[in-house]
Amino acid sequence: MWSNLPLFPARASSMAGHVDALYFALVAITAFFTILISALILFFAVRYRKERNPQATQIHGSTALELMWTGIPLGIVMIIFVWSSVIFFIQTRPPKGAMEVYAVGKQWMWKFQHTEGQREINQLHVPVGRDVRMIMTSQDVIHDFYVPAFRIKADVLPGRYTSTWFHATAAGRYHLFCAEYCGTQHSGMVGEVIAMEPADYDRWAAGGVDGSLASAGEKSFQQYGCSMCHRADAAGRGPNLIGVFGKPVLLDDGRTVSADESYVRESILNPGAKIASGFKNIMPTFEGQLSEEEVIGLVAYVKALGNGSANLPLPVSEPNSGVYPVAPKTEGSVVKSDKTATPPTNAAPAKPAAKP
Amino acid sequence: METASHTVESKTNYLNADYGIKSWLLTTDHKRIALLYLISITSFFFVGSFFAMLIRLELLTPAGDLVLSDTYNKLFTMHGIVMIFLFLIPSIPAVLGNFLVPMMVGAKDLAFPRLNLASWYIFITGAAFILYAILTGGVDTGWTFYTPFSTTFSNTNVVTAALGVFITGFSSIFTGLNIIVTVHRMRAPGLTWRRLPLFIWANYAASVIMVLGTPVLAITLVLVALERVFHIGIFDARLGGDPLLFQHLFWFYSHPAVYIMILPGMGVISEVIACFSRKRVFGYDFIAMSSIAIAVLGFLVWAHHMFVAGISTYAALIFSMLSFFVAIPSAVKVFNWTATLYKGSITFETPMLYTFAFIGLFTIGGLTGVFLASVGLDLHVTDTYFVVAHFHYVMVGGMVTAFMGGLHFWWPKITGKMYPEAFAKLSAVLVFVGFNLTFFPQFLLGYMGMPRRYHAYPPEFQVLNVLSTAGASILAVGFLMPMVYFMWSLQYGKDAGPNPYRAAGLEWMTSSPPPTFNFDETPVVTWEAYNYDEIDAPNKGVEIAG
Amino acid sequence: MPDSQTEVHNLKHHFADLDQQKATSTFGMWLFLVTEIMFFGGMFAAYLIYRLSYYNAWVAGSQTMEIQLGAINTAVLICSSLTMVMAVHSAKLGNRKLTAICLILTLVLGFAFLGVKAVEYHGHWVHHEVPGPNFHFEHEGNYDPRQVSIFFSLYFAMTGMHAFHMIIGAGLLTWLLIANARGRFSPEYNSPVEMVGLYWHFVDLIWIYLFPLLYLISHHHNG
Repeated sequence: MWSNLPLFPARASSMAGHVDALYFALVAITAFFTILISALILFFAVRYRKERNPQATQIHGSTALELMWTGIPLGIVMIIFVWSSVIFFIQTRPPKGAMEVYAVGKQWMWKFQHTEGQREINQLHVPVGRDVRMIMTSQDVIHDFYVPAFRIKADVLPGRYTSTWFHATAAGRYHLFCAEYCGTQHSGMVGEVIAMEPADYDRWAAGGVDGSLASAGEKSFQQYGCSMCHRADAAGRGPNLIGVFGKPVLLDDGRTVSADESYVRESILNPGAKIASGFKNIMPTFEGQLSEEEVIGLVAYVKALGNGSANLPLPVSEPNSGVYPVAPKTEGSVVKSDKTATPPTNAAPAKPAAKP
Repeated sequence: METASHTVESKTNYLNADYGIKSWLLTTDHKRIALLYLISITSFFFVGSFFAMLIRLELLTPAGDLVLSDTYNKLFTMHGIVMIFLFLIPSIPAVLGNFLVPMMVGAKDLAFPRLNLASWYIFITGAAFILYAILTGGVDTGWTFYTPFSTTFSNTNVVTAALGVFITGFSSIFTGLNIIVTVHRMRAPGLTWRRLPLFIWANYAASVIMVLGTPVLAITLVLVALERVFHIGIFDARLGGDPLLFQHLFWFYSHPAVYIMILPGMGVISEVIACFSRKRVFGYDFIAMSSIAIAVLGFLVWAHHMFVAGISTYAALIFSMLSFFVAIPSAVKVFNWTATLYKGSITFETPMLYTFAFIGLFTIGGLTGVFLASVGLDLHVTDTYFVVAHFHYVMVGGMVTAFMGGLHFWWPKITGKMYPEAFAKLSAVLVFVGFNLTFFPQFLLGYMGMPRRYHAYPPEFQVLNVLSTAGASILAVGFLMPMVYFMWSLQYGKDAGPNPYRAAGLEWMTSSPPPTFNFDETPVVTWEAYNYDEIDAPNKGVEIAG
Repeated sequence: MPDSQTEVHNLKHHFADLDQQKATSTFGMWLFLVTEIMFFGGMFAAYLIYRLSYYNAWVAGSQTMEIQLGAINTAVLICSSLTMVMAVHSAKLGNRKLTAICLILTLVLGFAFLGVKAVEYHGHWVHHEVPGPNFHFEHEGNYDPRQVSIFFSLYFAMTGMHAFHMIIGAGLLTWLLIANARGRFSPEYNSPVEMVGLYWHFVDLIWIYLFPLLYLISHHHNG
């Protein structure tokens, strides 16, 4: 029985060893102090029991002792703090060039989309030996992406992208759990992460796919009419999206934000929230018309436009550099709120964000 | 004034001063109100334990085969709500605090006796809402009510339960307010702050948290109810709101709430360890100040419940560091209590056994909190059974153990009767063994990756779950026994006399049970707290009588 | 110096003297007001956090507020605090009739406030500015209508909670009027009036914060 008594999960990622080391150090510290206190209590209880010590000695205290047993624990916990912070920095900073996988959590399943185009439900194939970054959102309530063998966990929120990353080090099948209570089948929202040797993974990724995620996004881009306003020349009513992703964006109220996944998603579903400088608040919202998967496809497409691996459907002009956007020449000066502009469309407040 | 040191029955005390249901339901005597609370919270403890029993039975097998998924979700939700809001939060302050704080400061009652009675009625009203929510279908959001599940997706009695918790919150606020004002304004002549028992310092600190933190929970639950009823969108991303705002507001109270629960328990430990070592507590000033430090620091760490929720890296690091700081004052207390035993003259009555258990279990529970404060490690263990084990170690191994110790220590004072010592010691041992068997395996389960709130689980987790359930059955026996022997003692227990343990403290200088107005004469205090040297002085054969 | 009659009627058994009783009840009321600050504080925190992120929506929502009505209400409440102070002062002087007049004036002003508030709420309802199925917001500006809905949710929650506290205050004033009519108060014993006064001033103070935060965002005087 003891050989089957589990103490920790498989170590299948680059983080697992780090996290386990900290864990075992803390176990040792806890055991040390628990044994120390328990032993002292037992020793004092026996040595100074009433039969052996009928008269107690009144002691007010000792400032020296107080300083010692305040200072030493403080020192220990500060060392632990630094150690755990170093681990945390690694956990929250995915390396550059990590391959990306998108995840959508919904009650009560996981949907994954690889950039190569593969779609999976409740199973996630990943290659061993490569950095993998998860970009995740929820269709409904808060979920949580938890792979114990990788020692990673991140909440998956509605209306936002969150992300985590890992570097699998051992091939195998590992538990995937939802770790944020999400309703009836919370304990059924489980799956598997299948780590494969790189060659096996490449073979798997190439098989039976209709095209990459970005190309699916390009189709959506056409289908929903985005290409009508977001053109590659300066005549579009909306900003040119080439070279935009990952760069800073100047907004009409003077703020600068970074064009990351969340910005692209918000621009599609809630365009009135941030207006690019020099443009009017005329983009319709696509809330309720796009599923989260379609949004992810569009995000992937805009990302591809950003790094040059995809093109807009029309003739390409010079990519924008530095801060975008360029104000279209025909519109005149930049205005904050143009009274002659078409009033923004109102999204009905209670409509669900995306199709199931 | 007459001081009666002979049989207690002949003297009027707060129990026999008046008879009839009205004299209890309309009382303003803090001691009777304390008993009203005691009966209430004990009942709710057993309601919450019933849910716990069903949870542990379900978790005997990997499949979810005992109850439906929705039922299981309601079970853990209601276990949490009932145990936290109807048992743990009121327990020591509203029972032992209500009973003892006025006596320990030498007063005739709390500052606002009618407000005290109103507090109990508010508590019962809130409990009625919660029980109604349970009986008419239950709630399945978890006691944490996370949005948008609670506001938009759950199909259960969320608003009723939230309103119930909202109402009991005011009971907590008014009790805390009463305690603070009493300690400031109603101390007997000569009773300076540094002569106060540490139980007072602990309850004072807890009361500060009650008063400052609970209103934030109240308004948060109001907003949740409004959102659920009117779909206002403040916490729902689809309506433009932010689910993380709910979490920040919720945990702003609910983290300090855990210190509301543990600080009074720590106060009990100080009293008991001094009495059964026959010496003053080592490092009085440091223990008093650490209670205040815990109350202050406790307000600064709430987002350590949100390390994986989507907060920024820098916010996480700040809250992690502060969470390490908040551990230090508790460690200081543990060391001071241990040092109190040094050169004491120690006996092993039941309250002392609970005290030893507390120190050991709280050390484990508190140190496992350090695991969770370590943000790099927390990413793996948060939302798993590791957290469940941690908080049960501090709540049950800490708080409930201290409550049992305090109940046994002051039972003679409250009822005038002694409980049967042998049975009491046995049940203390059963509680200790059963508790550890129940919850220690859950640390291992958590590190293995078993998430919280799981109805069904992978088969490799079964062995530890079975151990845990077995422990729970022993724990149940350990908690049932006091019900029996305490009731027995009311009828057949030995008369306690005013001070069976020869303890220090003003409450022991009056009869057991005390008279309605506590003291025949207001005491004038000229001695330090825990003056066991005077009490045990060789030629002082005089009884401390009231 | 308190006469034994006053003491007999008003000194609670667990206090040594009227001074201790008064000091205790004053401390208690101040502590209670601190809890009220924390209670409203949760909503103020939510307001501030959203205002930072949704500023345009906050401006748009605030522009629909009727500043004249809000200003009138502010003046009404400040005057009611004045009459309340006068009631406390009269009670301390033992002037039953003046105390009654001042309490009644405070009550009337309080009801005036609530009446204006009702008019405002009705206006918002008619203009589809109440969050829920009836909400429909079309005004100039770069904002997200859902965020404006959140502004209005907080507006109604904060002013509604404030109005609820005013109604409680009206109840307390009524209780004082009755007690005053029965001759309960005297120069030696008048702390209930003072305590209700503290509460009333606090409710007034909350409004002093609510008014600029809700009505005056980005408000520029035109012409």
